[in-house]
Amino acid sequence: MHNKSIVELSLSLRAGTFSCVELTRHLLARIRRLDGRLNSFVTVTDERALAQARAADQRLAKGDAGPLTGIPVAQKDIFCTAGIRTSCGSRMLDNFIAPYDATTVEKFNAAGAVLLGKTNMDEFAMGSSNETSFYGPVRNPWDLAAVPGGSSGGSAAAVAARFAPGATGTDTGGSIRQPAALCGITGIKPTYGRVSRYGMIAFASSLDQGGVLTRSAGDAAAMLGVMAGYDPRDSTSVDRPVPDYTKTLDEPLQGLKIGLPREYFGDGLDSGVAGVIDAALQEYRKLGAEVVDISLPNSALAVPVYYVIAPAECSSNLSRFDGVRFGHRCDKPRDLEDLYKRSRGEGFGAEVKRRIMIGTYVLSAGYYDAYYLKAQKIRRLMSQDFSDAFRKVDVIMGPASPTVAFNIGEKTDDPVTMYLSDIYTIAVNLAGLPGMSIPAGFCAGRPVGLQIIGNYFDEARLLNIAHRYQQVTDWHTRAPAEFGE
Amino acid sequence: MSLERSDVEKIAHLARLAIDREVIPQYARDLSNILGLVEQMNGVETGDIKPLAHPLDAVQRLRADRVTETDERDRFQSIAPAVEAHLYLVPKVIE
Repeated sequence: MHNKSIVELSLSLRAGTFSCVELTRHLLARIRRLDGRLNSFVTVTDERALAQARAADQRLAKGDAGPLTGIPVAQKDIFCTAGIRTSCGSRMLDNFIAPYDATTVEKFNAAGAVLLGKTNMDEFAMGSSNETSFYGPVRNPWDLAAVPGGSSGGSAAAVAARFAPGATGTDTGGSIRQPAALCGITGIKPTYGRVSRYGMIAFASSLDQGGVLTRSAGDAAAMLGVMAGYDPRDSTSVDRPVPDYTKTLDEPLQGLKIGLPREYFGDGLDSGVAGVIDAALQEYRKLGAEVVDISLPNSALAVPVYYVIAPAECSSNLSRFDGVRFGHRCDKPRDLEDLYKRSRGEGFGAEVKRRIMIGTYVLSAGYYDAYYLKAQKIRRLMSQDFSDAFRKVDVIMGPASPTVAFNIGEKTDDPVTMYLSDIYTIAVNLAGLPGMSIPAGFCAGRPVGLQIIGNYFDEARLLNIAHRYQQVTDWHTRAPAEFGE
Repeated sequence: MSLERSDVEKIAHLARLAIDREVIPQYARDLSNILGLVEQMNGVETGDIKPLAHPLDAVQRLRADRVTETDERDRFQSIAPAVEAHLYLVPKVIE
């Protein structure tokens, strides 16, 4: 059952081959038996999952089922779930039971999906390796010595290990695409504003966007269809109809123009990864696409610009954690300042503190123009690079990450080296464009992801382009040896 | 850009973060390295370019002036660290 796609599971549930309760029990048992090796879940919601499964079985019996009714999913622990702890991977929220559901959670509940649990993540989504979590690192199912990527590392590992057919994630600088790449699965970050941020704990509000991690593009289409849409409770949500992403998956790719940014294939790209990407592009040529060279001239500035804008927004967003109304509070505060300082000092881990301090510094008096304003101006240039490119090509392709998964502990001593792991994904967030990563092969036994970047609101086209590739290749069906049986 | 111990102490104070004394040199090193990375921006001429704050250049939506939220004080205060008589408790501020 655990190797079936969402589409197959949905058909089996309708045909009565097995019930949703049986499916849910099976996956919960797998998590219980195998997740000790990965640490992909922070909280497993057994009882609630079984109650939702019974309700889904009733809906299926009544013929009142949608495409996700009875489909078990995992939620990244950044989405608020009423009555269930929402930790955001932080000691600060270790005791936090959200008083309400995120819009995304509400939508999956209404669709009849079954919540298996909340997945591990980098603390407040700040990290590229899932090593900054208060609950310990997540391991990569393909190689337990390797990181799964981050920050949606728990979601990526859980889907790759066949604990759940799909999971939610969030992507501020690559946090869906990079872990999808490193765990050999499919991940999509939609256009900024496509998915509601209501109840999604904020890191950098002008960059954060929710999305999904699944094994195939077809499954991502089914899940994104439920998750996407206008939400008046999120002031940056875009009021625009959501197409049926599953309807256009099979469109032919004849005449598709793919742009290869030469800046994504320079120094710093691992030659093994480059070889896998070349082979994937060859497949696209066979499918009728034309591949042309393009340039995104300001690409090298993506990481510097991001490490001004994201920390600035983070320092502002995270000022709400003050030990007064919810979250961690220090013992016996001497005065109000001591309450703030020690609650925050104890509640946040080192990476979160670094980013809050960078943000505080670049926004402090006298520095605003030199850092924040400068970064926003270059952000405009980078966004224009993409619009220029999309006048010549339909989509942009390249690697999702410069290397395959690195080892746990390998980059923790040097934040800057860690940050460069997102060198190909960050610009997409700065421009607010949709992006995907799909499995395209292996290098030294570890998965490689092909990144596909689209124009605004081109999610249907991206999923179609990914799906056609998955019809002629089988990388997305490969399972890690320890977790396939 | 190289930050000194006193710079880190000042930033930590502005951010209301208690930092252990012994790790301040490490923060000074890490933050300096990050700011060093950020300084690559200085090579770009950005004179009259309009800053981009939002990818879709959206503007704040207006809504009807109607009450939509209900009083949820008890529920919200049930997760607070210290509450008394419906008030959040903090250490004494005024002597």
